[in-house]
Amino acid sequence: MASSNMTVDAEAPPLHKHPYHLVDPSPWPLVASFAAGLMLFGIILWAREGVHWAFTLGLLGVLASMFFWFRDVVREARTPGVHTPVVRIGMRYGMALFIASEVMFFVAFFWAYFHFALYPEHVSGAAKAVWPPEGIHTFDPFHLPLLNTLILLLSGCTVTWAHHALLENDRKGMLLGLGLTVLLGLTFTSFQALEYSEAPFAFSGGGIYPSVFFLATGFHGFHVIVGTIFLAVCWFRARAGQFTPQRHFGFEAAAWYWHFVDVVWLFLFVFIYVFGAGAIAEH
Amino acid sequence: MATASNTHDTHGHGHHDHTPGFVARWFFSTNHKDIGVLYLIFAVISACVGVGLSLLMRMELQSPGLQFFADGQMWNVAVTAHGVVMVFFVIMPALIGGFGNYFVPIMIGAPDMAFPRLNNISFWLLVPALMLAVGSLFVGGAGTGWTLYPPLSNSTYQSGMGVDMALFALHLAGASSILGAANFITTIFNMRAPGMTLHKMPLFVWGMLVTAFLLLLSVPVLGGAITMLITDRNFGTAFFDPAGGGDPVLFQHLFWFFGHPEVYIMILPGFGIISHVLSTFSRKPIFGYLGMAYAMVAIGVVGFVVWAHHMFTSGISVDTRAYFMAATMVIAVPTGIKIFSWIATMWGGSISFKTPMLWAIGFVFLFTVGGVSGVKLANASVDVILHNTYYVVAHFHYVLSLGAVYSIFAGFYYWIGKMSGKQYPEFWGQVHFWMTFVGVNLTFFPMHFLGAQGMPRRYPDYPDAFAGWNMVASIGAYISVASFLVFLYVCYRTFTSKEQAAANPWGEGATTLEWQVSSPPPFHTFEELPRIR
Repeated sequence: MASSNMTVDAEAPPLHKHPYHLVDPSPWPLVASFAAGLMLFGIILWAREGVHWAFTLGLLGVLASMFFWFRDVVREARTPGVHTPVVRIGMRYGMALFIASEVMFFVAFFWAYFHFALYPEHVSGAAKAVWPPEGIHTFDPFHLPLLNTLILLLSGCTVTWAHHALLENDRKGMLLGLGLTVLLGLTFTSFQALEYSEAPFAFSGGGIYPSVFFLATGFHGFHVIVGTIFLAVCWFRARAGQFTPQRHFGFEAAAWYWHFVDVVWLFLFVFIYVFGAGAIAEH
Repeated sequence: MATASNTHDTHGHGHHDHTPGFVARWFFSTNHKDIGVLYLIFAVISACVGVGLSLLMRMELQSPGLQFFADGQMWNVAVTAHGVVMVFFVIMPALIGGFGNYFVPIMIGAPDMAFPRLNNISFWLLVPALMLAVGSLFVGGAGTGWTLYPPLSNSTYQSGMGVDMALFALHLAGASSILGAANFITTIFNMRAPGMTLHKMPLFVWGMLVTAFLLLLSVPVLGGAITMLITDRNFGTAFFDPAGGGDPVLFQHLFWFFGHPEVYIMILPGFGIISHVLSTFSRKPIFGYLGMAYAMVAIGVVGFVVWAHHMFTSGISVDTRAYFMAATMVIAVPTGIKIFSWIATMWGGSISFKTPMLWAIGFVFLFTVGGVSGVKLANASVDVILHNTYYVVAHFHYVLSLGAVYSIFAGFYYWIGKMSGKQYPEFWGQVHFWMTFVGVNLTFFPMHFLGAQGMPRRYPDYPDAFAGWNMVASIGAYISVASFLVFLYVCYRTFTSKEQAAANPWGEGATTLEWQVSSPPPFHTFEELPRIR
């Protein structure tokens, strides 16, 4: 897990007789929990009664507690002796494990996809066991989806460019590479929105194909947005000079997350768009 | 290194040694021991709900005909709530959140968990989750069974918001588990004291490590499955709805890919506790330490590739059934290694029958009964007969109520003196054990007979022919509920006791690090890291 920037020249001594971070009491876990409960209950109220306020209030609570919580983490990172080398290794474990759990979340949606795409006889009520189901027109994979693939792959390159620039202490290059990554992420999201608006099948009531398509690509899209925000925060932190060639785990975590999102897209592209292509819809 | 000193309000004074005020300590906690205590209190409160529901169910089943329940839906709601509450809000919080939080850092010689704030959100997420789960009971409930199978759980058959509330309760509990799992793995890999190699780690920590991996990799799949169910119910998708081309069997696959690791999640921490208790009260080191550790790893790994043995009657192919039957039986090998090693640990030992030891020996006996009936059920051809009968109910209550719950009580009596600084009353502890032992066996053993005779589960009524053993089971349940009240009395006696518990009340058999520190341990257990030889 440890990488080269674990060897720091001017490392502040730890605050305790051990290298670990004893965190001060914090209200944000409690606030975030109840806000999350309200948000989920709010989804039910919204879906069933058309009442928005509970969801909105819950979402704001979650976002606010995330903001204050992560602000605290950034402050601690900037307090000498708190994020010792050992603590920073722990953060790497934490982020890697979080991404592993995210991978398993996507496994559920790919499982659903392959359950029908590899075994079309699982599609209930179909006269012919084929995937995509009869009557479904799909996107041309080598149109917008291919462009989006290239955009995400390019963004993977620009984020690596930013990383190398950071390691060389080249702040200008770092900001340029990272800024381009954020822009490419936004472009990807815009193109996905465009594609959704032109979809030849309906999400609600459209049957099994749109269900799998929209939930798999939709959750990916949500992760792209989260990753873009994560990278954007890193851009502002980089501009404020909070990253050094030795210490920049916040940026590295964002880059890991971005690569994870990238890889998920490659699977979506290869299996859902290309392998699962049927009769191509006219644009 | 950033030089700007944007100092956090309480940072920089190095005054972590004193305890924060009441609100900060119990609501904003970042202390693994306090959060562990919160989890245990939470589990006892949820247990009152879960036990209450089981009492209602046994009152209903005491004799044929409908007594207290209006209809089958109401019955199914009670069955579901009992299962969900016991699994997600009693056993997991007690074993993983409670004992895991409290003792994993101490046993590896760490001052706290790796991510203390994350630890606290793992706890507090359970509170709105329980509120949603219990709240659903008042708006029609979820009469789906804990397995949530569509089509019964889709909007055609249960349109009320109770099911949605139960699903979102599982989302919150799942998020809690995933974050907790990442926290435990990081803590165990990154914060072991100098000299504490993986092969010197106490078996409870090994159990928690494997459990955390199972949680991390299986719970997100449940998250995906119930997300699809929620969108099917509310937003017009058709994953599990045959009318739109979907397939209910897909849900069963996704659910059991989570559900089967989940049953090991509930028992592996208990395996660890039982190893410690048996070793302590036999005054012998655990027999076959490495075998015990890697048996748990093997159970965890194989546990991921046996899920479809829950689906032998769901129309899966003969080849699939043959594979899942064979793979399932493989689990009996590492489990057998554990049972053998526990007996070998006691063999020739200087055994003292204190309350924790009674629970541990009870565990070895009764878990074995549940394990053996599990091997029988693993046979696809036999399971076609026994699927969804009371034989299955008997099987999983032997491994859970008489397995996981016994390990919780073994852990409670073993560690309550350490956690509270007050020792439990030995007499009442033993009364609690023997009453529970009689009660649960009387409840669940006859269910084997009922199941073998074909009594199906999830019905509030049955033919008169099943009346005899159902009466016996209900009497057993009343004894079990009475024993739960004895447990509450034991808690009362313990916490009002004037007697201060010693640092190590168990003598030379207790060798792990928690017995080296005072009872209760200081707020941050290790100001300086211990060195392990």
